[in-house]
Amino acid sequence: MNTLLLAMGDSPGIYLGWGVFTIQLGNLIIILTMLALFGLALVLPFPGSGGRK
Amino acid sequence: MTQDERLDREPDVHTWTGRARVWMLKKLPPDKLLPEDQPSYVASWIYVFGMGAIGSLLIVIASGVILSLNGPNWYHISALGHFVNSLHLWSVELMFLTMVVHLWGKFWMASWRGGRALTWITGVGSFAVSIVAAFTGYLLQTNFDSQWIAFEGKDALNASGIGAWFNVSNLGQMFMWHVTLLPLAVGAIVVLHVVLVRMRGVVPPIDAAATDSQLTGVPATATEPTEAKVN
Repeated sequence: MNTLLLAMGDSPGIYLGWGVFTIQLGNLIIILTMLALFGLALVLPFPGSGGRK
Repeated sequence: MTQDERLDREPDVHTWTGRARVWMLKKLPPDKLLPEDQPSYVASWIYVFGMGAIGSLLIVIASGVILSLNGPNWYHISALGHFVNSLHLWSVELMFLTMVVHLWGKFWMASWRGGRALTWITGVGSFAVSIVAAFTGYLLQTNFDSQWIAFEGKDALNASGIGAWFNVSNLGQMFMWHVTLLPLAVGAIVVLHVVLVRMRGVVPPIDAAATDSQLTGVPATATEPTEAKVN
């Protein structure tokens, strides 16, 4: 188990590339999560605010 | 008589401590520092992310204190040490995630409006100092990743001219920056940011700016729909 964790820690990760553009999968997931949270924060109703002006 | 007028008439203010008290009570009275309610427009998920970043920062600091108390031999070897080390990393990740969404939200509502420029500037400052704090954290992993990051980073810092003093391949120096100077800097600037938010009030949506009672000082009335209070 520890060997597996050490191997994962030293691996360079998964990289995705389109032409000259390259991004690590982990970074892409974080950016997409942030964009999704931003979009949802704008459209989802806030609990307890129903009926208030 | 308003509170400001009462403070102006305070009789025995002749020392710097007394003058500081009057100045602080004028700038940030207790009901603004610890308010009972917020304007109705604050009831939106987009206003949650600033507090998310502060909550994450508290976990970062708490886990960092535990790591400091036990030292690298503990957090590199023991299972609990690994857990706290990971908690420290992932709370930093969560802090940056929430801070960036907070930044996007505040940018698109032009939150420097209404005399809030210093609030915006301290927010940018806390982001910048947090990046340096995170960078020095990555240098403390004491593995090939941290070696790589240090030797890539030193070229940029040498090019800027500060590399001879801020030496990223000096582990001891980076350790001290990470556990003393940078946490103090991040903590101080975040406290200042929050105090400024309390002083100036939460920025209203752009179409509600004309009725921003916290900016104009005009008390909220029932005729101003955007000023309805949230309990």
